[in-house]
Amino acid sequence: MSIRHHLSDPLLIAYAAGNLPEAFGLVVATHVSMCDACRAQLAVFEAVGGAVMYGEAVAMADGALEAAMARLGAPEAAKPLARPKLKQNDLPAPLQDYVGGGLAAVKWRSLGMGVRQAILPTAKGATARLLYIPAGQAVPDHGHRGTELTLVLRGAFRDATDRFGPGDVEIATEELEHTPVAEAGEACICLAATDAPLRFSALIPRLLQPLFRI
Amino acid sequence: MSGGWIIFYCDPDARGLRKRFMLLDLALHAPIYGPILPPMRVGRRGVGKSVTEAKGEVDFTALMLAVRDRQDRAAFAALFQHFAPRVKGFLMKSGTDAALAEDCAQDVMAVLWQKAVQYDPARASVATWVFTIARNRRIDVARKARGPEPGALDWGPETEPDQADIYEAGQETARLVAAMADLPEKQRALVQRAYFGELSHSEIAAETGLPLGTIKSRIRLALDRLRQSMS
Repeated sequence: MSIRHHLSDPLLIAYAAGNLPEAFGLVVATHVSMCDACRAQLAVFEAVGGAVMYGEAVAMADGALEAAMARLGAPEAAKPLARPKLKQNDLPAPLQDYVGGGLAAVKWRSLGMGVRQAILPTAKGATARLLYIPAGQAVPDHGHRGTELTLVLRGAFRDATDRFGPGDVEIATEELEHTPVAEAGEACICLAATDAPLRFSALIPRLLQPLFRI
Repeated sequence: MSGGWIIFYCDPDARGLRKRFMLLDLALHAPIYGPILPPMRVGRRGVGKSVTEAKGEVDFTALMLAVRDRQDRAAFAALFQHFAPRVKGFLMKSGTDAALAEDCAQDVMAVLWQKAVQYDPARASVATWVFTIARNRRIDVARKARGPEPGALDWGPETEPDQADIYEAGQETARLVAAMADLPEKQRALVQRAYFGELSHSEIAAETGLPLGTIKSRIRLALDRLRQSMS
């Protein structure tokens, strides 16, 4: 898989710091599961977290050590490095947890024109959803009030900025007004997260928006 | 709960190549960076002492391996004394009240004992590992649920951990602590605010003063390994 569009440093730092809304965290965790480069960058930013923590000692309460020692039970047993059992599934591991299985387990809901979506259960503050866009089909022209992350899982889409294939993530901010179109040949399945409702240019999608929660 | 493990597959040839680079690295840095963490600077962040003072300090990697491989309670106690106050302090800086931070620090250290088998000294320093456990604990408390964690990449054939990798990973915290101490106060404060959760990702993106180049130049392990695995 040759990934050309990666996560930004700010997203990786915020994830490393534990400070991304859950929906964005899901996109980051999923991309990192697919991308060696971003996994390495994330390791760097987690190490920075270790160094920041290093400078912040506050004394523990009296008796804290004794309490900790009293708590020590049997540690988890060593397991051989088995392949994760969901390895052969068609969704990356972080997504499987949210979907409750692979693609077959997704509870799609039609948005019309063959486009389908499934909202994933995440905490308030941002929304995550899977999008199914039939080959050659366009997602209605829209802009963003906040940030929209779109990670391609299957197929590919193009918009005015570039082509996005499997593993690629598009980071769209307020400036970007775009019409993503799924490439011909294969349906495009994406994981998308937004921290504000999308802004559709046309009237019909705008009217439908409250119904579909996009 | 393993947080952000990097799981890379390095083929044996790449490893050999990497080792040669590593030796060069060590030759360049050995006089500057001691093998272990520099002494802490209580309450005087930023007034940096040099890493050369690290000589004679505790080897946390060795302690962690004693916990992992022998369930060594004395080693755990030493790790607790060092890391629990830092977890507590970090959580308090991140907006957690003192009592909850104390409880969470206890939980984090209990996880360190419980999940010690997951610690891989070639992939992260103990400080980094503890940080990811603390970070995940903070998310769990805030959401009352588990946050998404990256899945494992392909598992390579099992190999003995490379001593040079272990050394390098053990160094990462010392290097970054030194790098942080050398930063101008403004930049250091920005890094800290990002990690205390005071800056959203878009605020981090809008912030031009973050010393990302400096940070990345100090921690080459993960990036080197990536280059090796791709070459």
